[in-house]
Amino acid sequence: MSQADTLTRSVWPIRSLGLFRSELVTVLRRWRTLALLAVLAGVPVLIGIAVRIETGDGGSAGGGGGGGPAFVALITNNGLFLVFASLAATLPFFLPMAIGVVAGDAVAGEANAGTLRYLLVAPAGRTRLLVSKYASVLAFCLIGTLVVAVSALVTGALLFPLGDVTLLSGTTVPFSEGLLRALLVALVVAASLTGIAALGLFISTLTNSGIAAMATTVGLLITVQIVDTIPQLHAVQPYLFPHYWLSFADLVRDPVYWDEMRSNFQLQALYVAVFGSAAWARFTTRDILA
Amino acid sequence: MAPIQPMDDDREPRRRAKAIRYAVPVAAAGVAAATIGLVPALASVGSPDLPKITAEELIAKVAASDTQTISGSVRISTDFGLPALLTGATGAGGPFGGGGGGGRGDSSADPKEQLTELLAGSHTLRVAADGPQRQKVSIVRNAAEYSLIHNGDEVWAYDSGSNQAYHLTGLPQEAQGKDGAKGGHEVPEGWPATPQEAAKKILDAADDSSTVTVDGTARIAGRDAYQLVVTPKATDSTVGSIRIGVDAGTGVPLKFTLAPRGGGKAIVDVAFTKVDFSRPAASTFDFTPPKGAEVTTEKAGEKAGEKADAKAEREAREEFGDLGGPDALEGLDVLGKGWDSIAELKLPPEALNESPSKGGEKAPGLGGQGLLGTFGKEVKGDFGTGTVVSTRLVNALITDSGKVYVGTVTQDALIKAADAAAR
Repeated sequence: MSQADTLTRSVWPIRSLGLFRSELVTVLRRWRTLALLAVLAGVPVLIGIAVRIETGDGGSAGGGGGGGPAFVALITNNGLFLVFASLAATLPFFLPMAIGVVAGDAVAGEANAGTLRYLLVAPAGRTRLLVSKYASVLAFCLIGTLVVAVSALVTGALLFPLGDVTLLSGTTVPFSEGLLRALLVALVVAASLTGIAALGLFISTLTNSGIAAMATTVGLLITVQIVDTIPQLHAVQPYLFPHYWLSFADLVRDPVYWDEMRSNFQLQALYVAVFGSAAWARFTTRDILA
Repeated sequence: MAPIQPMDDDREPRRRAKAIRYAVPVAAAGVAAATIGLVPALASVGSPDLPKITAEELIAKVAASDTQTISGSVRISTDFGLPALLTGATGAGGPFGGGGGGGRGDSSADPKEQLTELLAGSHTLRVAADGPQRQKVSIVRNAAEYSLIHNGDEVWAYDSGSNQAYHLTGLPQEAQGKDGAKGGHEVPEGWPATPQEAAKKILDAADDSSTVTVDGTARIAGRDAYQLVVTPKATDSTVGSIRIGVDAGTGVPLKFTLAPRGGGKAIVDVAFTKVDFSRPAASTFDFTPPKGAEVTTEKAGEKAGEKADAKAEREAREEFGDLGGPDALEGLDVLGKGWDSIAELKLPPEALNESPSKGGEKAPGLGGQGLLGTFGKEVKGDFGTGTVVSTRLVNALITDSGKVYVGTVTQDALIKAADAAAR
């Protein structure tokens, strides 16, 4: 091992952090990322106002028949439920779509703009670059989820009463514990998106067109979501990455019901392992021509 | 400086390196597939090594069980083969909703309307009990839950999906006592004094109709359990066997499976997937309706009776199943005995002639031949003609002369019974 090698090794973590930081800043500086975050922040406001108008005359949301999206009927009890309702509303499409755009753009976008080869000239190595790209996509998962949650919390606090929280099981917990559960829910939702982030990154390494990668990722998401609702295909559904997404609601039960959430985490880990390594295999062996 | 292109120009090693790298995701997928395939297989293997026990000792153990506190998750799967028309209508005003669009069935948190959904499909329940005074059962739904909480002299039901609550107050003392069946040992009058005596009595009673054996051991919800199997001797019965998993330590039944004679999927399968015998937190049984919830309040009265029935029915399904057969019903004839018994009743003449579309009449079962024809099939015999409505467990024959034969027996047995009665 040469001296230069040991030197590179020892600065690996610091350099990677720097790489990750610059990746994240690049992602967050894009206008399209900001627009996506603005849309995500707007959803809770929209839901909040709609529920407020509907229940303004004393009626109950969701028509009282148990219809409507998850948690919507409970928002009038406590503004905190707007966090859960908004996450339940954005998780099926809005959030993963945003992730798909960012992840799909990660490698293919650089290739498209002709900047990928310059990135590779830097003494970072392909694996490290890919890891930094994936880390920045994961950070975006967390940021996107937190934007929804915080926007929902603010809207909920402004439009609805806050206070002790009645959980789904009918048990009442203090507001502080409700807040803690909301934070946990946000983290679980962010973790639920790691699968599609890895999938998007893999697709991004396949093509040189950023638009194609984004469209493929989002198209795949929509297809999988539709397959997940067809009862005749129930045999494959437990292996589809969105299948257990709404299991985050189990955190709002008392006692917390972990079974489905565990399945969710295992499934996401599987997708990350398979598509993450596939992205790595592809990215580290392909010819970079642009 | 790192090279822009991955490796040297030599083609052959590069291709090999590429293949090796692509093997990683394939291996990951393979390992996952193997895990998915093997883990359930491994989990169901293993019958714990427990001391041998006779059926009598096991029943005595169940009867002697003094477990008062329990909590856990229960998986309930039912496949009665009910006509879709009946099970599809589990919403408000379902087949057992009673008053149809009538006055007091309004609250969708009413237990009568909510519990019918358990008659078909698979559901996860979460149960908690602390003595005869406090129990809680919740049906876990997607991002919602329906909870039934009994605490002292009141019962709350809360449906978080629709944010509606149902409150039943002033439960009389004796009703509370009977509600405590979950604890497993409320003693009705005339019940034998000791568990051993009870076991003997049960076995004696079952002797000429069923075979009761202990069929090995199993792991249920992570606990060692004995398996008690009740097999009807009667050949006309639709019941193949009843299998009860009894916890070896506490004597609490943990699993109940009712298998049809014809084979195939179990008709009823109720099992703990997780169980804990420590005392549940007291807050589990407290309920304060949230501010925005709609609350329907009722005083116990005639209502309490119905509620207790619903609960008793559920308990029976959860704990033992109805070994007694249909003898509890009054005002009708019971033909035969044991598993082969068939209930015979007469319909009031207007019930058959009534137009099914008559306003407010929602009970589809007796709505007239036109409606019956949609999920029954016509049969002929010495008794004349009739319609057989069949499910996987219960079959019913409604003759054109207004007689109904119902039992957990095959269709042929029903026709035979009708023929015999007609002679």
